[in-house]
Amino acid sequence: MGRYFAIRIGRALLTIILVVTFAFVVLRLSGDPSLMILGPEAPPEVLAAFRKAWGLDDPIWIQYVDYFGAIAKGELGRSMRDGRPAIQLVLERIPATLALTLPAFAFKVALGIPAGIYAALNRGSAIDRAVMITAVAGFTVPSFVLALLLVLVFAVQLGWLPSGGQDSWRHAILPIATLGLGGAAVLARFTRSAMLEVLGQPYIRTASAKGVPWRKVVTAHALPNAAIPTVTILGFMVGTLIAGAVVVESVFAWPGVGRLLVVAVANRDLSVVQCILLLVAMTMVTSNLIVDFLYGFLDPRLRAKGAHA
Amino acid sequence: MSAPLVEVAAISRTYTMRSGMFGRSSAVHALDGVSLSIRKGETLGLVGESGSGKSTTGRIVLGLEPPDAGEVRFGGKSMAAPGTPEWRVQRARMQMIFQDPLGALDRRLPVADQIREPLDVHGLGTGAEREARVQELLRSVELNPQHGRRYPGALSGGQRQRIVLARALATKPDFLVCDEPVSALDVSIQAQVVNLLADLQAELALTMLFISHDLRVVRQISNVVAVMYLGRIVETGCADDLFARPEHPYTQALVSASPAPGRRSAGRIVLSGDPPNPAARPSGCAFHPRCPRAISRCATELPALSSIASDRQVACHLVSGSQAQSQDAA
Amino acid sequence: MSPLVSIEALSVVFNGVPVLHGVDLSVRKGEAVGLVGESGSGKSVTWLAALGLLPRHARVSGSVRLDGREILGAPAATLDQVRGGRVAMIFQDPASALNPVLTIRRQLCEALALHRDLSGDALKAEARRLLDLVGIPDAARRLSAYPHEFSGGQVQRIMIAMALAGNPDLLIADEPTTALDATIQAQILELLSSVRRELGMAMVLISHDLGVVAENCDRVAVMYAGRIVEQAPAVALFDDPWHPYAQGLIGALPPLDGPRRRLAAIPGTVPDPSKMPAGCGFAPRCALAVEQCGISAPSLAPLGDARTVACVRAEASRRALLGIAAE
Repeated sequence: MGRYFAIRIGRALLTIILVVTFAFVVLRLSGDPSLMILGPEAPPEVLAAFRKAWGLDDPIWIQYVDYFGAIAKGELGRSMRDGRPAIQLVLERIPATLALTLPAFAFKVALGIPAGIYAALNRGSAIDRAVMITAVAGFTVPSFVLALLLVLVFAVQLGWLPSGGQDSWRHAILPIATLGLGGAAVLARFTRSAMLEVLGQPYIRTASAKGVPWRKVVTAHALPNAAIPTVTILGFMVGTLIAGAVVVESVFAWPGVGRLLVVAVANRDLSVVQCILLLVAMTMVTSNLIVDFLYGFLDPRLRAKGAHA
Repeated sequence: MSAPLVEVAAISRTYTMRSGMFGRSSAVHALDGVSLSIRKGETLGLVGESGSGKSTTGRIVLGLEPPDAGEVRFGGKSMAAPGTPEWRVQRARMQMIFQDPLGALDRRLPVADQIREPLDVHGLGTGAEREARVQELLRSVELNPQHGRRYPGALSGGQRQRIVLARALATKPDFLVCDEPVSALDVSIQAQVVNLLADLQAELALTMLFISHDLRVVRQISNVVAVMYLGRIVETGCADDLFARPEHPYTQALVSASPAPGRRSAGRIVLSGDPPNPAARPSGCAFHPRCPRAISRCATELPALSSIASDRQVACHLVSGSQAQSQDAA
Repeated sequence: MSPLVSIEALSVVFNGVPVLHGVDLSVRKGEAVGLVGESGSGKSVTWLAALGLLPRHARVSGSVRLDGREILGAPAATLDQVRGGRVAMIFQDPASALNPVLTIRRQLCEALALHRDLSGDALKAEARRLLDLVGIPDAARRLSAYPHEFSGGQVQRIMIAMALAGNPDLLIADEPTTALDATIQAQILELLSSVRRELGMAMVLISHDLGVVAENCDRVAVMYAGRIVEQAPAVALFDDPWHPYAQGLIGALPPLDGPRRRLAAIPGTVPDPSKMPAGCGFAPRCALAVEQCGISAPSLAPLGDARTVACVRAEASRRALLGIAAE
């Protein structure tokens, strides 16, 4: 068991290092931050001083080594724009993002999973078809289109809800609905196919042949098995809690991590971008670890494999 | 009596298997000193249960995987190293058919194209000659040109296996390895394919290694039969005689476990114990924990395969008696 | 004696395609009935339909009576009592027949709790006793194991234990040994016949393997393309089959002793259920078929002692076989 997790944690660290490296390379190579921040008219001596202050005149590999050295010490740099620690800027924004993503996650689970189960149990029925059509629509319509559509209907036409900003709980409804509807569609589709797969298994027929009432066949035999693949997609959704709202936050002018990222990228504010990417990589990796652990809990076949180590 | 075309000399094969994803690795002795020889134009039947090593033997004979020890000789010459030109020449003379014909065929190509493929690959004949050969092959497996134009999905299981057979015969091989070729087929279709295989074998003077768990089918098609248990041959003999008078206790149990219409189960030998596990091979004779006649010697000493009659060899302390010398094959 | 289960004119249609064409079959108390046929002949579908285990889109008609009481189309609660209680069923594939995420104890106790008035320690003790009965060593400890920790033969033993949990009067064994090796198959068949002797339970053994059925059954029904074509006591059927298909099946089986003969293969293939020939389903492959065979499907008619055959050419076919045998 220990070795199982050691390998997984090693793999997680490697993923984080790769993500950070990728971000470092792409951002450094795609433009000069000093020009971006100080503007093209800035005098050359000011530019040189800025570059020296931020270490931008060092060879790229030294910047890279320095950057990793700093991360290892827990220093994630300062914003090039206002000089505050990047981590502080990011942490400030997290509650706003979670205020959208957490209710949206609850919405996805509460709507998507029951809809998927219901559709699978009534395969081919009108309700199944309705769920599937909605799911495909929710799956294919990009979130900014859905967001604009909701704004058009509920803010512009009906005037029930505000179209942007963060002044009251009413401002959160449309962004949450945008995030939640798309996610619920994905989850419904996934749950449905996982359920159908399980319902076709011989052990379901065995349970019916034993005289187990159908309701119990579903709850006691089918659901625990269908949960195994569903956990994968849930884990992925947990991984997007921090940064899964970039588009929606931009559309609704919601001051969360996603908007910070957009602004920081536009400004070449390297430390902030890297800090966010690191955070995203860490949440992704952590949620993957949780999924691995849950697999072991849900599936005795995997548990047994771990126990041999 | 003709010379052997295929000789397998004391081949062994060990796999390393991990128990679980990260468990300690352990050695699985899939094959342990197996020797066989198949005379030109004859069929050797290889029977055994899962884990007996019969399929591994087939793959090694074809050169699909190397043995850890021992060697395979084909036409008196050692098999060349895989990938070399000599190997390709030898390999072109051998073909194989497996249990699942659908897996062996490409679903997106008409079956006639697939029969033609080996002719194209080896550059045999002109375009017209190849086309004629495809039609001839289709006829030889009792299918017509219409069948050739279909896709594998539009054919029945028996017809697909005929296509696989036709493709295997395209390059006029001398030697055919058949691994459970009729096991997935229904009885009436199985009989058609078995008859066809027997006819073609006689007509083309094919040499065959026929691997199956089904004693009846093996007897029907083989001249000589070898019985395997946990990676070793425990008995060989002429097909009719072996199943009529099995000597090894395992062969006796296998014959007895093969139910026959018109015979009630009275007097059947039912072996106790779990099926054999190659990862936990018992000491001595691997069969001793399940053997109804085992004596103490069986648990410690590996019995060698020794002749008890002109064409019968048995690896059992109780059968070969005291003249059998223990021999460590490893 | 009135039969334990009697099936009459049972028909099944899947998506507009008929797969079972009016099957009549009865099972008496304590009797072992074999059902043989090739894949697609309808032998499994017959019993899945009888017990209401087919998917919802299957259209089932006819009559299935248990002790004289109609169970086809009965309410779910009635069927749940019949299934596992009066009639238990075991299946072919040991690898997936048990729920992989539940312990053996959960699955065994579930069946016991449903059909026996047991709870608490008595329930657990009974589960242990059943595992002992089917020959799982170290039953007390093995109860907390999961299905993947058992071999195929052991899983089939556990399936049998689960089937016995409700003290059924009838066990339907659907290809119970097809996925197992020969020596393990012998163990399972031995176990089935010993529990049957002990409990006086009737059994329907569904198999494609003539030998397995011949050795373990009193009476055998041969199915072809959704119909029973011949039904007779096991010995009579295998010694002296009347229906050309039954003869063909037996002739296609390679002998294990005696002289080797060329196999009497039945030409052609089983008809596609959606392109069923009019009349007798076997006529296109039958050497004895006459014009009449292509017009209407023959029904099972009593011929000789305890034998029913669905063939207008049964007498001719029998003479043909005896003629060959006399040569």
